[in-house]
Amino acid sequence: MRSRRRPTGPARVVFAAVIAWLALLLVVPLGALALSVAGSFSAVVAALTSAEALHAIGLSVGVAAACIVANGIFGVAGALVLVRQRFVGRRLLDALVELPLALSPVMTGLAFLLVFGRNGLLHPALDAVGLQVAFAWPAVLLATLFVTLPFTLREVALVLEELGDSEEQAAATLGATGWQTFWRVTLPNLRSGLVVGTTLTSARALGEFGAVLVVGGGIANRTQTATTFIHSAIEERQEPAAYGMALLLAAVAVALLFVLQRDRE
Amino acid sequence: MNHGPSGRAGALALRGGVTAWVTALVAVPVLVLAWRGIADGPAAFWAAISDPAAVDALWLSGWTAAVASVLNAIAGTALAWVLVRWDVPGRRAIGALVDLPLAIPTLVAGVLIIALFGPQTPIGHWLVGIGIPVAFAKPGIVLALLFVTLPFGVRAVEPVLEELDPAEEEASYTLGATPFYTLTRVLLPPLFPAIAAGAVQTFARSVAEFGSLAAVSGNIPHRTLVAPVYVLGEVEAGNPSGAAAVSLVLLAIALTLQPLGAALARRAGARRA
Amino acid sequence: MGIRVDHLVKNFGATRVVNDVSFEVRPGELVALLGPSGGGKSTVLRMIAGLETADSGEVWLDGERVDHLHARERQVGFVFQHYALFRHMTVGENIAFGLSVRGVAASEQQARVTELLEVMGLRGLGDRMPSQLSGGQRQRVALARALAPRPRLLLLDEPFGAVDAKVREELRRWLRKLHDEVHTTSIFVTHDQDEAFAIADRVLIISQGRLEQSGSPVEILDQPATEFVARFVGDVNVLTGVVRDGRAWVGGVGAEVQGLAEGATVNVVVRAYDLKFWRDDEGPATVRRVMTIGDRVRVEAWLDRAAAPIFAQFPRRSSLLHGVEAGCRIAVEITQARAWPTPGAAE
Repeated sequence: MRSRRRPTGPARVVFAAVIAWLALLLVVPLGALALSVAGSFSAVVAALTSAEALHAIGLSVGVAAACIVANGIFGVAGALVLVRQRFVGRRLLDALVELPLALSPVMTGLAFLLVFGRNGLLHPALDAVGLQVAFAWPAVLLATLFVTLPFTLREVALVLEELGDSEEQAAATLGATGWQTFWRVTLPNLRSGLVVGTTLTSARALGEFGAVLVVGGGIANRTQTATTFIHSAIEERQEPAAYGMALLLAAVAVALLFVLQRDRE
Repeated sequence: MNHGPSGRAGALALRGGVTAWVTALVAVPVLVLAWRGIADGPAAFWAAISDPAAVDALWLSGWTAAVASVLNAIAGTALAWVLVRWDVPGRRAIGALVDLPLAIPTLVAGVLIIALFGPQTPIGHWLVGIGIPVAFAKPGIVLALLFVTLPFGVRAVEPVLEELDPAEEEASYTLGATPFYTLTRVLLPPLFPAIAAGAVQTFARSVAEFGSLAAVSGNIPHRTLVAPVYVLGEVEAGNPSGAAAVSLVLLAIALTLQPLGAALARRAGARRA
Repeated sequence: MGIRVDHLVKNFGATRVVNDVSFEVRPGELVALLGPSGGGKSTVLRMIAGLETADSGEVWLDGERVDHLHARERQVGFVFQHYALFRHMTVGENIAFGLSVRGVAASEQQARVTELLEVMGLRGLGDRMPSQLSGGQRQRVALARALAPRPRLLLLDEPFGAVDAKVREELRRWLRKLHDEVHTTSIFVTHDQDEAFAIADRVLIISQGRLEQSGSPVEILDQPATEFVARFVGDVNVLTGVVRDGRAWVGGVGAEVQGLAEGATVNVVVRAYDLKFWRDDEGPATVRRVMTIGDRVRVEAWLDRAAAPIFAQFPRRSSLLHGVEAGCRIAVEITQARAWPTPGAAE
């Protein structure tokens, strides 16, 4: 670690400017939100304990949990394939995995709507078996899986690359089978990547808004998530509900950030 | 590594599973979106993207993203500098704050700005009074973009700065260079690819940003309606083909910027070696 | 626990890294594979362990052909250059790994771990994590882990490459002792000739994928089979000479050589301690530098008629050094040399 110096002279001005920038952008708005929630606390509590709000929170948490599990499995499998295997089309697969990061959430929602919605590609087939995807929870889940796809995979891939395969070779010379090596050597070493990836996945899943709004419609007690709950509360000028839910999500974000920071150490 | 016959079969099965998952979840929806954008023929596509409201929305998205990229490049470099080089009180807290926008839902970022600058708050009221409204106006759009893209500028520059030997700076001073000369000739050139990579990432993210802008911009056609919110409007108005056409323009921008940003990041990384 | 390697060949892409290597190791032998980095030694070792697949050739352990077997089925202990300890397991869990994957009872595992910790001088460190150990300790854990399942053969890839010079010497002596005590057959790879000569019963010199020579340390030093071996081991002068009357002549100095054609241009390889210098104002060489290095003196001179540098080493108090100083002229005698025809030179 290099030694750090204390700022002196004109450097103090730069430091002050940086602090002011962070304050204006992050701290003051968070404070303003907390203040207005505190100002109408009982209304906020009432709004957040309504059946609608609880259903929205439940759906968000459920979808996030499903994404964590699915991405945990897919992230490890995908990282193993992309880091360890050499094959034709590897770069294309790599680019596809990154694609969700480049898409606007609205476009994601629209894309799924065009597959599952009315006049959508799969609509006749789904209709025939009586399955509704668009404007139902499966659409919310699919859209959230799409936007969270890269996170766990990328973190696990970083760890895997740094790890190399020497420990696995050692396990082989000691008589371990492929499965024994995976469960006892490879997977435990990927733990830190999985923790960071899962944290980022949770944050993104709980916070996804555009995609689930378009493809789910934000229907109260059906497809409304925590974020689309805020959106409709704003439109209905129910500020305590909007601000309360926003503060709740911000608090969860700060908690997740703590996990992230601790793991970076 | 020596894969026996079973190892090779396992590797193939794993690759097949992963490819199928990515194809079903990513490739198919995006291809359907692209196909719907052009399925009605070039004339319909052109009509959809040359609609005055669409043009204004794309233009607004473009220039606000550009402004955010420039401001974020400056602020991000300064912040990275503070985090890497200086011993200041609360350095760890500052580092954590920089990551905060990664964790906060972007819609909540929009709500935060409304909570501070909204017309019914004292600050918002005052700003409207002096003629520079923030909420539901262009300054609010830029502010929201700066919020959600804050980590990109910092995190792109930080690792490169970390590797940059402070001795280069000291060597410059021992050779008689002024601080300004040292900054512009010694310090910034090796950082430039990293700063540019951060700016490109900021621009790409800004053009795609939806959640915070849906809350903060007010969505007034021709004035504060950005492209992604315009797409939402077209979907809600029952015009998925038009929405898909404008989406294609945004997708094209994203797909152009992604390799550019990656190439700049590689150059920034190569400097470190 | 004998091992035989027959005509091993391995290509990486277009490069042939192992080119028709064959050798045998007798039970109980400690053999060094010595050669420059990138010469294919490690690849030979990894093919014996089953970590690489040979393109052609055979590997036999105890009379059983094993080259179709997976690494886990060969019962070969392998010590990796950078240890490759399982970083999330304790020292004890690392050592027990090879037993536990075979379903050995926990009590038996524990007994073996305790025994090996004792043998390795690691008593009390069983609950540490690898990251809490010094380089030398990690190396010994890696060895203990490889020995725990009682392998048929112990392979070590640059075993002391990653520890510092002082610890390395200690570990060398200790490895030799361990090898004798546990009665195993061992092959280790090194690019350090001192290491190979200090502890191996036999040294195999490998360069550019080929086995250049196999022999005891003394054989390798005194009867190098090829010019490469002569140049690679020890501190040598390489001088260009011409053969006349059974001697190779270099700038007026002759050296006894055998089996070379009259008139041939040859590379004469002379070790620093196979030369004598003494003060002689009519001598063929001029001293340029005299350096005292510990208990030895190195004299660098210029052989005028050959227009070539030449150097020799003497014990510090050697009587030959009397009056030898920079700038003086000296007589030169080559007491032992070997010569090979210069490649590409007309005879």
